[in-house]
Amino acid sequence: MATKTKTPKSNGKKGETRRDFLQLTAGAFGAVGAASVAWPLINSLNPAKDTLALATTEVDLSPLLVGQSITVMWRGKPVFIRRRSEKEIEEARDVDVAALSDKQTDEDRVQKPEWLVLVGICTHLGCVPTGQKSTEPRGEYGGWFCPCHGSHYDTSGRIRKGPAPKNLAVPDYVFTSDTAIKIG
Amino acid sequence: MASGPREKFDNPTIEWIDSRLPIFTMLNKEYGVFPTPKNFNYFWNFGAIAMFMLITMIVSGIILAMSYTAHVDYAFDSVERIMRDVNSGWLIRYIHMNGASFFFIAVFIHMFRSLYYGSYKQPREILWILGVVIFLLMMATAFMGYVLPWGQMSYWGATVITNLFSAIPFVGESIVTLLWGGFSVDNPTLNRFFALHYLMPFLICAVVFLHVWALHVTGSNNPAGIEPKTKKDTLPFHPYYTMKDTFGLLVFITIYAFFVFYAPDYLGHPDNYIPADPLVTPAHIVPEWYFLPFYAMLRAITFDIGIPFTDITIISAKLGGVITMFGSIALLFVLPWLDTHPIRSARYRPLFKTFLLIFVVNFVFLGYVGSQGADAMVGPIPLSLLGLLATGYYYGFFLAILPWLSKFEKGRDLPPSIHESVLD
Ligand code: HEM
Ligand code: FES
Repeated sequence: MATKTKTPKSNGKKGETRRDFLQLTAGAFGAVGAASVAWPLINSLNPAKDTLALATTEVDLSPLLVGQSITVMWRGKPVFIRRRSEKEIEEARDVDVAALSDKQTDEDRVQKPEWLVLVGICTHLGCVPTGQKSTEPRGEYGGWFCPCHGSHYDTSGRIRKGPAPKNLAVPDYVFTSDTAIKIG
Repeated sequence: MASGPREKFDNPTIEWIDSRLPIFTMLNKEYGVFPTPKNFNYFWNFGAIAMFMLITMIVSGIILAMSYTAHVDYAFDSVERIMRDVNSGWLIRYIHMNGASFFFIAVFIHMFRSLYYGSYKQPREILWILGVVIFLLMMATAFMGYVLPWGQMSYWGATVITNLFSAIPFVGESIVTLLWGGFSVDNPTLNRFFALHYLMPFLICAVVFLHVWALHVTGSNNPAGIEPKTKKDTLPFHPYYTMKDTFGLLVFITIYAFFVFYAPDYLGHPDNYIPADPLVTPAHIVPEWYFLPFYAMLRAITFDIGIPFTDITIISAKLGGVITMFGSIALLFVLPWLDTHPIRSARYRPLFKTFLLIFVVNFVFLGYVGSQGADAMVGPIPLSLLGLLATGYYYGFFLAILPWLSKFEKGRDLPPSIHESVLD
């Protein structure tokens, strides 16, 4: 076949014919076409609009006494809110940041020192750490303890020991009044 | 498939069909007169048993799906309703639940057989690789199935396993969100898992078809690991192996039925009878038993790997664990090129046989490690350290011992033929 087609060479290079060009462009168009059909199919698996619409939660903080914690749901995940005692704040600030595995000062993690707001999901593989109630294990650093593979978090929610790579995440939130926040 | 010259059937109806679609010719060729090595032992039963289990899972699954509701508010209750109110629902669910375990038992034994007798070697590499593909698909299917009853283990198992993907650098978090269809394991996740759990067994059927096709091109391996040469070395598949397979299958079904009727929850975890609660993680999350060795390898890596004397981490402990776990299966794909020893059967390779049996014990031990809590101790030694050593042997077996044996193991003399190997 190829020997019979006497198509002119598209440029000076040997062996490149008009047919090669047509095949390549057809192939390229086919690939782009397939990708542009595949994308909406794959993207349909991403969070839907109504899932995204439920994405903020408002919380009234006024019932909380010093030392108490509550757990609220935000985007299907638990959010830990702890009203920290002076001692807990001091412990969190008294730490040599350079020695931490995920280096963050306590000041960077709170808006008001008394209120610590965290996503209550272990950064290892997603379990919910214990320590919201004073009767639950809080680990060696007095914050939270993840029973799944043994991660210890301190009173700023920073990872101190165990397999988790990161500190407990701080969600976006704003104080809508002195005693209320909106998460998300 | 069977085109070309064809023998006539006596029965006119069969002949009428066969001359248009030669399905009877094909069946006779592949399952009737098909020449099969005559020295099979009972290890060769487990392919047929796995096939039976696949069909059992599909039939029981489709019936369960008729009473099951894939919604976070109803899934748990719909399964309880199957157990209490649907006629024979408890039986069908226990058949399906224990069926998954027995399917894995059959496939593990089937895979051990292939290792022991060198069935992955030339010319059966593709046959073996298709088998590994089936194994992967089965694991994905069983994982998603376990999520469906929406108990505590369903929910937290799904959370931990989907979170594995967040270890992938840069795109990890987006992949996890894509898998979930939300910001945590939730209703969209349950829905898609049900859709995929329904689909994947049929994909498995398709790969099983290719697997059997490849088998019928190369023919079966056998305990002697040498190819049949003359007619004396083989028997027609029917009635010899149809009978042997049926007998073995009945024994297997008897044990399976014992569990279904007398110990239906023995292989499961009681926490899965507590409805899923996103706010409370069970104190001890364990996967189903058939995942335990792989789970142990996931947890074996508890340290970051980085550039020494600096703070720079190249592979975090989490990513390291994920790579180790998936790598353990990736190794199976390349096994035919790691073990290139010309002798197939462990019968004639005493060194290989020893290391392989240690490998099996080690694999079971990994399963034990996976079943224990993360901070378990054996006397003064943390169990996770032993888990790391066992993971080392798993990898060492494939990457060091097999290539080394391929070069240096002398092996025993092979028998001249299958026929003669049976005689002595
Ligand atoms: C490769 C074959 C299959 C495997 C290994 C498998 C595995 C599993 C497992 C481990 C469970 C959880 C059982 C429990 O703890 O309650 C499950 C549940 C379920 N499976 Fe399958 N399955 C298979 C095929 C199918 C098929 C073909 C269907 C058809 C739709 C199906 C429908 C279901 C349903 C509705 C449930 C939820 C009810 C229940 O939990 O008992 N499965 N499957
Ligand atoms: S999920 Fe928390 S330590 Fe693994």
